[in-house]
Amino acid sequence: MDLNITNYGVVEILGIEIWITETLVNTWLISGLLIIFAIIVRIALKNFKPVPGGFQNAVEAIVETFDNFSVGALGEKLNYISPWYFTVFLYILLSALGSIFGFRAPTADFSTTFALAFATFVLMIVMGFKHKKDNYLKSFFQPYVVFFPINIMGELAKPVSLSFRLFGNMLSGTILLSLYYSLSPLLLQIGIPAVLHGIFDIFFGVLQTYIFVIISLMYIKGAAD
Amino acid sequence: MSDLAIVMAAAQIAAGIALLNGLFTTFGQARVAAQAIESMARQPEAGDDIRGTMFIGLAMSETSGIYGLLLAIILLFANPLVNQFIELMG
Repeated sequence: MDLNITNYGVVEILGIEIWITETLVNTWLISGLLIIFAIIVRIALKNFKPVPGGFQNAVEAIVETFDNFSVGALGEKLNYISPWYFTVFLYILLSALGSIFGFRAPTADFSTTFALAFATFVLMIVMGFKHKKDNYLKSFFQPYVVFFPINIMGELAKPVSLSFRLFGNMLSGTILLSLYYSLSPLLLQIGIPAVLHGIFDIFFGVLQTYIFVIISLMYIKGAAD
Repeated sequence: MSDLAIVMAAAQIAAGIALLNGLFTTFGQARVAAQAIESMARQPEAGDDIRGTMFIGLAMSETSGIYGLLLAIILLFANPLVNQFIELMG
């Protein structure tokens, strides 16, 4: 039972050593799937009909659902960042559902979740400066000047908790399932793991993607409004 | 007892103690769910809003329980002190 991330090889680019790990290859696979789907949608919907039918209806329904969700969390003025969060939502969802097929989820690696949470952190600061201009920096000194370190620590705790929440949930699901598969005889591996996959991959996976996206949107609304 | 055995035994005991914070997590989450059920019974029209907020509350209060589980997993499976010890012993 090997819980390490397998390293497929080391590539040297311009003097920097890059390790091609399982996480990286799985990320490319998920990105490839999303890109192919986007290309298919682009080609199949060259002319948008005013009254949609079939495929166009389904795609419009998905995009509109997420748009309503993000307008509810952010408000109309800030809604222009919702395409980024739609991509993040699809990425985390596909990585959680991919571990049904024996595929180690890239979000079970702290590098991936830290990158996503750091993106939210940077976006939060940029939106704060852009929409509140000088008041954003002044808000760190509210209500009293001595609160500055506490406010800074509160801001730094946000990406840490976001990344660890997603990482911990995905990693514990991966470990429990690999423990189950390595400790049970072949007969018990036929129908019963479906229940475990249903709980850990589907239910917790979908819940954690919803939580990640809505908490990120709440942080950005708090910083920019 | 050999040194490596003592280090590994200490890691296992520490992992067991780290999981004790699951006790408080259970009570916190039960309280969130209980309040959500009571307020849904009191005002069924707001049911969807309350359900969404309940899930967010459950996930936020689960975070510290996950921290304990993560620490236990790291102690058991990827313990840096044990690896360093094995490297030192040759």
